Amino acid sequence: MNNSHPQNHDHSTHAADHPGRELEQKSRAPEHATPAIEVTGVNFKAGNSQILKDISFKVSPGDYLGIIGPNGGGKTTLIKIMLGLLKPDSGTVKYFGTDLNKYRERYEIGYVPQKASETEGRFPATVEEVVKSGRTARIGLFKRFSSDDRRAVDSAMETADVARFSKKTVSKLSGGERQRVMIARALASEPKVLFMDEPTVAVDVTTQEKFYDFLDLLNQKMGLTILVVSHDIAAVAKKVSTVLCLNQEMVCHGKPALFMKDEYMEKLYGKKVNLILHG
Amino acid sequence: MADFLFEIFRYDFMVRAFLAGLIIAVIAPLIGIFLVIRRYSLMADTLAHVSLVGVAIGLLTNNDPIITATATSVISAVGIERIRVHGKIFGESVLALFLSASLAVASVLISMAKGYSVNIIGYLFGSITTVGTAELYYIAVLGIVVLGTLLLIYKQLFYISFDEDLARASGINTKAYNLVLIVLAALTVTLSMRIVGVLLIGALMVIPVITAMQFGKSFKKTVWMGVGFSLLSVVAGLYISYWMDLASGGTIVVVALIFFLVSLFINRKK
Repeated sequence: MNNSHPQNHDHSTHAADHPGRELEQKSRAPEHATPAIEVTGVNFKAGNSQILKDISFKVSPGDYLGIIGPNGGGKTTLIKIMLGLLKPDSGTVKYFGTDLNKYRERYEIGYVPQKASETEGRFPATVEEVVKSGRTARIGLFKRFSSDDRRAVDSAMETADVARFSKKTVSKLSGGERQRVMIARALASEPKVLFMDEPTVAVDVTTQEKFYDFLDLLNQKMGLTILVVSHDIAAVAKKVSTVLCLNQEMVCHGKPALFMKDEYMEKLYGKKVNLILHG
Repeated sequence: MADFLFEIFRYDFMVRAFLAGLIIAVIAPLIGIFLVIRRYSLMADTLAHVSLVGVAIGLLTNNDPIITATATSVISAVGIERIRVHGKIFGESVLALFLSASLAVASVLISMAKGYSVNIIGYLFGSITTVGTAELYYIAVLGIVVLGTLLLIYKQLFYISFDEDLARASGINTKAYNLVLIVLAALTVTLSMRIVGVLLIGALMVIPVITAMQFGKSFKKTVWMGVGFSLLSVVAGLYISYWMDLASGGTIVVVALIFFLVSLFINRKK
């Protein structure tokens, strides 16, 4: 698959779809020429099985991309490659025009892992300490925590609505609260791009709805480029501006309305899938 | 009361044991907390057994055992970390392998150095009478190096321990920090050898930390409480071992254990 997809990233169209983003689009105008992320010809094999086959796509600054596909379709692998946690067999990942391996501002890439809600259960730390740790890579080795860092942490805790329980230890939080703490941690490093792997796995349906509204807010008001991996097709389709369907290879890439077509659904899941959109 | 407390310091060897003990008491839980939260508690024990090989080499070759032990445990620490990173053997099995293999090698070497085997008990269980002036300096200098390095990279270690993938994704060289941590653990083990003994170092690194963790406080408070429990255990343990003529390491660890049991009791009632 090459880079020419049925939907190119035409920003005027995006802005029209999301009126709230117009302002932000203008202020970020100089970056338009360079995509926030550019994935080119990525292949990945585990043993004999091909996990990802020739994946190429671009993500524009301010885009809200949903990555969907069946289990084992390579979603998490793709994210790990894009974060530099796995090396692809071939292909490149660029951020704002710079190859990932040479991209020094890696702290500008926020990441909320899938397991966020489970493993840190017994970790002896307060919400504030975890959020502060989001600044670590930005601060570096010899510098200390400054007033700028303090402001970024406070603002991240406000945005993710965790400030009111900032002194609580993470072990005493619910799954949803812990998820928000992990987002606050990612926001504390003032990222330009935010990756989320199955963000709503550990939370109930009501919380899920609120959660996607919250992502909307981050995307539209703050202009954050968001990539969200989810098995929850309906929720993703309703919220994101672009969808990437993955099943070893890229099945489709474009507006949510496009991928809802039966042909893609069948290609992706091997059978007809009826989508029920809540709300 | 004052006489009772200070009588112990009339002896130079007790002063040295106290100073060495205080240094170890501060460092052990600072390293220990990272081993505990990363589920790597067995690491301290493994490195301790490896350093026993170093002690045996020292005795055999007529070198200062603390120096050969330092070298052996640091080299093994690097080896363990490399095997772990390559992921061919499970992390835990690597530790079990090094632990039992080094004990085997140490026992062979020790039996070869028959004439010296009396000394080995002191290394196994700790012996306060054996800390010489040169050794105290060695412990102090290396202790400061360990403490300084640890303070410098504390926030990175915290971040990596919380989630290694997150840290790597944000551009932190996790491999390098992991290696530094395990080398610092190896150094701490050899510094503690004389006071606590090879078989009990792991306990001093782990028990005060899990005691502190029972209170469910912030990371910072947990660290301070861990250091506090460790200092109390070492001071009380040294007094008791002096007055009752008991092995220092065992006494220190038994005191630490009592703190742990009390903390369990207190937090159960909450």
